[in-house]
Amino acid sequence: MLSAILVMALGAIVLGAALGFAAVRFKVEGDPLVEKIDAILPQTQCGQCGYPGCKPYAEAIAKGEAEINCCPPGGEEGIRKLADLLGREFKELSGEHGVEKPKSVALIDEQTCIGCTLCIQACPVDAIVGAAKQMHTIIAAQCTGCELCLPPCPVNCISMQVLPETIDTWKWKYPVIGIQPVATKDAQHA
Amino acid sequence: MLELFRFPGGVKPASHKQESSGTPIAVAPLAERLVVPFRQSATGAAVIQVRAGEKVLKGQLIGSAEGAFGSSVHAPTSGTVIAVEARPLPHPSSLAAPCAVIEPDGAETWCERTPLDPFNTDPEIVRARIRDAGIVGLGGAVFPSHVKTRAPNRIDTLVINGAECEPWITCDDRLMRERAADIVAGAEIIGRLMGAKRILFGVEDNKPEAARSLQDALGKIECGSCQVASVPTLYPAGGEKQLIRVLTGVEVPYGKLSPEYGIQCFNVGTAYAVARAVQHGEPLIARIVTLAGNYGQPGNFEVAIGTPMDALLPLGQPQDDTDRIVMGGPMMGFTLADTSVPIVKATNCLLAMSQKLFPPPLPEMPCIRCGACTRACPMILQPHELYWYAKSKNFGKAQEYHLFDCIECGCCAFVCPSRIPLVDYYRFAKSEIRAREREKVAADTARERYEFRQFREEREKAEKAAKLAAKAAETKAKLAQEEAAQAQKVGADKTAAELIAAAQARVQAQKEKDSA
Repeated sequence: MLSAILVMALGAIVLGAALGFAAVRFKVEGDPLVEKIDAILPQTQCGQCGYPGCKPYAEAIAKGEAEINCCPPGGEEGIRKLADLLGREFKELSGEHGVEKPKSVALIDEQTCIGCTLCIQACPVDAIVGAAKQMHTIIAAQCTGCELCLPPCPVNCISMQVLPETIDTWKWKYPVIGIQPVATKDAQHA
Repeated sequence: MLELFRFPGGVKPASHKQESSGTPIAVAPLAERLVVPFRQSATGAAVIQVRAGEKVLKGQLIGSAEGAFGSSVHAPTSGTVIAVEARPLPHPSSLAAPCAVIEPDGAETWCERTPLDPFNTDPEIVRARIRDAGIVGLGGAVFPSHVKTRAPNRIDTLVINGAECEPWITCDDRLMRERAADIVAGAEIIGRLMGAKRILFGVEDNKPEAARSLQDALGKIECGSCQVASVPTLYPAGGEKQLIRVLTGVEVPYGKLSPEYGIQCFNVGTAYAVARAVQHGEPLIARIVTLAGNYGQPGNFEVAIGTPMDALLPLGQPQDDTDRIVMGGPMMGFTLADTSVPIVKATNCLLAMSQKLFPPPLPEMPCIRCGACTRACPMILQPHELYWYAKSKNFGKAQEYHLFDCIECGCCAFVCPSRIPLVDYYRFAKSEIRAREREKVAADTARERYEFRQFREEREKAEKAAKLAAKAAETKAKLAQEEAAQAQKVGADKTAAELIAAAQARVQAQKEKDSA
C-alpha cells in the first residue's frame, strides 16, 4: 500500500518536474494565432475595423470578440484566408466598415500645405515628412493608403491618388475564352 | 566529336525557316522618328541622361546603368531629342513607359569610339565596357550580360546558343552565316572574362550553313578549346537548360542556375554585340530582326533600336490578309495590340499572322488528364497539375509543383488535345504570385513601421513622464532651498534683532550711566 503511494507520488513529482521544465524551456512568446491572423491582415493600419490598428484587430479576432469581415483593405480574399485559418464561415465584407477600394496613396498639395504637422501625428506608419511651418510631403512607397491623414488636415490639401498600373506591376489576366457572337437569323435582321 | 545528350520532352513543330533564311541581312533605312525606351533590360529602366531639345550623336549614352543589375541605353543615330515622354512599349500590356523620341539628322555622326584590346585589358574594364555598351541577352530574356559574366564560382564551359529552335525565326541563323568571325571573337572575350576552359557552340542541325560558317571562323583563329556542335532539331533545344543538357549532359536542377555547375550560356547575338562593343567600341544600338510569316518578301533586317514597327513592317511587304503581328515566334511570342511601338533589344522577330496561315484555335475543351503535356514538358514538370492549380487560383500548390521552373516554351499547349491555352494560365499564376509577394513585402514594411511608431510613442511618453518627474523634483528641491534660505534669513534677522537689542541695551546702559 505504502509502496504504491510512494511510486505514484514519485511518478507525479518526476512528471511534474518535467512539465514544469518544459513550460519554462519551451515557453511560447505571445499568442501564435494572433501572429498568424496579423500576417493575413494587410497592415494598412487604417482602423476601419474599429480597432486602432491591424494587431489589435488580430488580437480581437483571436479572442473571438470581432468578426472576420471588418477589414475593407483586405477585401474578400483576406476574409477567405481568415475563414480558412480560423475554421469560421465565410462572410461578405460588412458594409458598415467600408468598401474595398483600389490601392491608393495620399498626396499633399504642397502649394496649399500650411505646415501644421497634424497629418504627421495621424500617420500610423510615419510616411509623412515635414516640420512645423515647413511644407510636408508623403513618402509614397511607405504610404499604406489608410486615409487617416485626410480628416485632421485643416486646409484639405491631402487627396488620395489611385496607383496607376505600370509595366512592373501589370499582371497577366485570368484566361477567358472569348465568346464569339454566332450569326443567327435574328442578328442578321437586326 | 562531342558526345551529345538528350533532354526530356520537346516537340517538333514545322520549322518554316527557309522562308526567311534565304536572303542576306538587309540594313533597314532610318525611320523619321526613333522612339528609344529607357527600359530595355529585364532588370529595370536606365536613368535618363538627356533632355528634350538636346543634340545627340550616334552611340551617345542617353540612359545610364544604375546599380549592379542596371543596363544602359544609347542613341541609335545622331540627331535631336525632341521629347522625353511616356510611350507605349512592345509589351503584352501595351503600357507606356519613358522613352526618348529622337529625330535623326541623317548624318549618322558617331560619338567617340574607343576599341579595347580584350586580351591585354583588366577583365573588370572589359566587364564595365559590356555594361556601358548596354549589352543584354539578345535571345529574348534581355538580362544584362555583364552580370552573367560575373560567376560566383569557376566556369568550366561556355555555351554559345545558336540553336534558334523557335519556328519561323532566322535572325541568329543569318547572323551566324554572315558574321561568324565577330561571334567567335565575342565568345572568346566572354570565355576569357569567365576563365572558361572550353567554348561550345550549339546550332540546330537544320542550319548546316550556319554551323559551317562558325566552323570556318574557328578554323581561322585556331581555337583549340572551341567546338561547334550540331544538335538535333527539337523544340525547345534553344532553351538554356535544354541546350546545356544536350551539349554537356549536365541537368541543372529545379531552382538552380547553370553557373553553379560551371556552365554559362550566351546567345550568338549577344556574343556578336560583345565583340562589337569591346573591339570596336560600338554600343548595342541595332539588332537583326526577322520578318517572317504572312509577308511577300520575308527576310532579316538590321534595324536601329527605337525604329517604330510601322516603319519596318512595309519592308517585308505584308500580305493584305495579315490580321495581327506577333513579337517573337509562334510558340512564345505575344500579339502586339499596336504596331506603332518601337523595336527594342528583345525584338527578334515580327511574325505576321493571317487566318489562313495561323488558323484560330478551336474552342478550349476540358482537361482529360491524358498526360500528353507531361510527356512534352522539357522541364519535367506536370503541366496538367499546374494548370489545375493555376485555374483554381491555388497558388501555393502551384509553387509546390515548381511553377517558377516553367520556361513558358508552350510545348504543353502545343500537344494538348483539348487545346487549352496552358501557358496563359501559368503566366497568370506567376504574375499573381509575384504581385502577392510585393504586397507581402509592403505589408511587412508597414507592420515594422507601425510597430516602431508604437514603440516610439511609448518611449516619448516615458521620456516626457521622466522629464516631468525630474522637473517636479527640481521644483521641490528649489522650494526646499528657498525655505532653507528663508529660514537662514530669519536666523540672520534674529541676529540682527539681537544686535539691535544689544546695541539698544548698550545705549540704554550708556544713558543710565550718563544719567547716573
